[in-house]
Amino acid sequence: MKRFCAGLLLLGLALPAMAAFDIGQLMNDLARHKGGRAKFVETKYIALLDRPLVATGELTYGAPDRLEKRTLTPKQETLRLDRDTLSIEREKQKLSINLASQPEALAFVDSLRGTLNGNRSALEKNYLLHLSGNPDKWVLTLLPSDQRIASLVQRITISGSRDHIRSIEYLQADGDRSLMLIEPLAER
Amino acid sequence: MSRAGRRAFLLWLLAMLAGAAVVWSSRFTADMSFFLPARPSAGQQVLVEQLKEGAVARLLMVAIAGGNGEQRAALSRDLRGRLAGMPEFVAVQNGEAGSRDADRDFLFRHRYLLSPAVTPGRFTVDGLRTAISDSIDRLASPAGLLLKPLLPRDPTGELFEVLRQLDPGAQPNSRDGVWASPDGERALLLVQTRAAGADTDGQEAAIAAIHAQFAASAAAAGVADARLQLSGPGLFAVKSRATIKGDVSRLSAIGTLAIVAVLLFVYRSPRLLGLGLLPVLSGALAGIVAVSLAWGTVFGITVGFGSALIGEAVDYSIYYFVQSRRGGLAAWQARFWPTIRLGVLTSACGFGALLFSGFPGLAQLGLYALSGVATAAVVTRYVLPQLAGEHVAARDLGALGGALQGAMHRLRRLRWPAVVLALTATAYLAGERDRLWAPELSVLSTTSRADAAADAALRADLGTSDARFLVVVGGVDQEAALQAAERAGQVLDELQAAGAIAGYDSPARFLPSQAQQAARRASLPAAEELWPRLQAALADSPLAAGKLAGFVADVAAARQAPDITRGDLAGSGPGLAVDALLLPRAGGWSAVLPLRLADGDPAAGLAAVRQALAGSGALALDLKGELDTLYHDYLHEAVHLALAGLAAIVVLLAATLRSPRRLAAVLLPLALAVLFAVAGLHLSGERLHLLHLVGMLLIVAVGSNYALFFAGADGPPDPDTLASMGVANLTTAIGFGTLGLSQVPMLHAIGVTVGPGAILALLLAAIFVPRETGA
Repeated sequence: MKRFCAGLLLLGLALPAMAAFDIGQLMNDLARHKGGRAKFVETKYIALLDRPLVATGELTYGAPDRLEKRTLTPKQETLRLDRDTLSIEREKQKLSINLASQPEALAFVDSLRGTLNGNRSALEKNYLLHLSGNPDKWVLTLLPSDQRIASLVQRITISGSRDHIRSIEYLQADGDRSLMLIEPLAER
Repeated sequence: MSRAGRRAFLLWLLAMLAGAAVVWSSRFTADMSFFLPARPSAGQQVLVEQLKEGAVARLLMVAIAGGNGEQRAALSRDLRGRLAGMPEFVAVQNGEAGSRDADRDFLFRHRYLLSPAVTPGRFTVDGLRTAISDSIDRLASPAGLLLKPLLPRDPTGELFEVLRQLDPGAQPNSRDGVWASPDGERALLLVQTRAAGADTDGQEAAIAAIHAQFAASAAAAGVADARLQLSGPGLFAVKSRATIKGDVSRLSAIGTLAIVAVLLFVYRSPRLLGLGLLPVLSGALAGIVAVSLAWGTVFGITVGFGSALIGEAVDYSIYYFVQSRRGGLAAWQARFWPTIRLGVLTSACGFGALLFSGFPGLAQLGLYALSGVATAAVVTRYVLPQLAGEHVAARDLGALGGALQGAMHRLRRLRWPAVVLALTATAYLAGERDRLWAPELSVLSTTSRADAAADAALRADLGTSDARFLVVVGGVDQEAALQAAERAGQVLDELQAAGAIAGYDSPARFLPSQAQQAARRASLPAAEELWPRLQAALADSPLAAGKLAGFVADVAAARQAPDITRGDLAGSGPGLAVDALLLPRAGGWSAVLPLRLADGDPAAGLAAVRQALAGSGALALDLKGELDTLYHDYLHEAVHLALAGLAAIVVLLAATLRSPRRLAAVLLPLALAVLFAVAGLHLSGERLHLLHLVGMLLIVAVGSNYALFFAGADGPPDPDTLASMGVANLTTAIGFGTLGLSQVPMLHAIGVTVGPGAILALLLAAIFVPRETGA
């Protein structure tokens, strides 16, 4: 009985801390983040290649749904998301995709966008969420719940601190993976 | 009946039988060749080919609405499955993954013959190093995700080179795995019929098959509110034919009934009615025979003009029966026939002017009416008296004539008011002159506004361009046309790189010329050369040459592969594109390269293309511009023809009347009739076009028949003459007026112009009857 009481007490102590950091809390924190710029280093591990591929560049985010990924090395490429339009610019070629008509691409984009703007319902539409860690060092894991998305990506792992995302890892269905490390740039 | 009379009758009977035989074997059509120029310019020739033979004319756009997204997608798949197996259709596309994969497989399989990047330099050590390094860079980008599985077999990225030429906007949106409108509310399909666009029967059968299969599919799926919407040139042709057919029978029936009722009222004799219609029937028959013999094909609209012809041709027998009542045949021939003959000749001048039109529809109308009127007059003069006998028992119309005479005297008081009204109308029309005319050929189209809007909406949903700007090249055979397309493509590539145009399509993308295919094949090295180059190129690469055995094998296979032929493309997406862009034409083949001009100033873009292609034999066209030019040419020509017809009538009248005063007495009422008719049309909101202009000429040509009686040398018309003119004018107005009920814009325009115009001509002739003869 004593042990049980001690257990309850422990539980009682632990509960506030846990309640302070669940998915809802993380989402609230993330939603407060209104935007900014960051440097990224993206490393792709592709089975076919003997060495990983490394790309670097800049990310710009403006809440709630504007995101720009400018790759500077090894080749310039700009990926821009504005509401539901995704445009890719590369080697003088410009391509625009209306995400509303491409559910798979939308789900893919929503994994990142939903995390950035703390939109839990958008994330839960296509993924099962799992959170571990604490507000200073958290890891959010997204597992696709839809077969069509699962055929593209097995798992998305996002880690961060407070309202900042530090890394995103995509594990593709074929076992190849990419890891993007993000370093916020000081706001000017 | 005299011997001469019997001979005339027998001749007539023989002619009628022969005519009936010709009509029996005539071909009737209601397609748009009615509008196409008889003597096309090079640009218009392309337009004609596109409309008649082009795959664009065989393309039907289909939308499925109702149900939910998944139900629509299922219906789309089911419908595609049903239609794809039917002989009526060459291809059915709905964006299903299966067909898309098949298209991509095709492009992948033939990548070494299709990729514009395949040159000898591509397979040197340097070329391989650059190409493979680019491919690896692409792997790092989201665009490379789809290409990754193909990398071991396609490390130089030839599929990417093939795909990147294609317009990224050309693919419709997709929902639930099939094409859908951007809002997702409609599933979309593209169907290519086997029947040519000009084959209206074939188009009708194909459209009926689509509707039937959809109904069965929707019933099987249990989607109660599923709706099918369909559009395309074929549907327009079918609908237009139905409209014309309906109009022809409806208008002919209305016109005939009304005229028969008038004649029965006037004659009170079925025998005279029958006799009176004889010249009309002869004329109508002769008209069709003449057109059939001259063109081989009779347009439905031409036959639709029949009711006007009936109203006009019946005049002659009315004159004969009423005017010969007192004096008999000989007196009628002496006293009235010259005036009637002059009227026939003025009508002939009016209709005859149309014969010279480059607008086939108009020329047919002219020949039909000319031969019809002339025949009716000749039959009235030479056959009718033989059949009717010496003395015609027409009812005494003295009472009607007397009433008309009284009215005529009162009408003369309106002389000054008419002059004032004429000045007002002139001022009004002068003020409105910029708003009188409709500027586009589309005003002549039978396609309803609603249908045109539905078509535009479907087109926008599917993202199919209206292919307005084109480059067209030709060659003596398919190979020569494709080579010409490749040469023009090189010029267009440079323009695209410079930003002068946004892009273009070419049949040579999917079906390169044999010469081009041979050149690409010759660029591919043998396996024993390729291996060492690959080793050298990949020395520092993250991609090991050892993983590229599939690539070396594929290159070796491509060196042996036969040329891609048109047959290889049958039924596929690329095949549809080639069919649309590579067409046989008289004496060779045409390749069509649709242009996407940069946003902003299309005229400047087209001018840049023209300049860059100058001297190459390639033709850069704006199809909408060609259509507008075509209409403008027709209109321009119609103005000239109308003036020439008018001049012929004036010369004829001047030579016959030999009196400026009498000439003026005939022409003034006609000029005012035209003026009032046009002012009335504009007031009632009609936008004038080509056929209104023709109508104005016909007011003069037909109206002069009535004005002539008032300008006769031997005094004012007597009551009998007046009565015959009144009845004849009424039948003419009914005949033309009936056309005003038509939904076919061409017939409608003539009807609403000439119907009121004919009555106005008579009234104004009475108002302005010369003083010394009318006193």
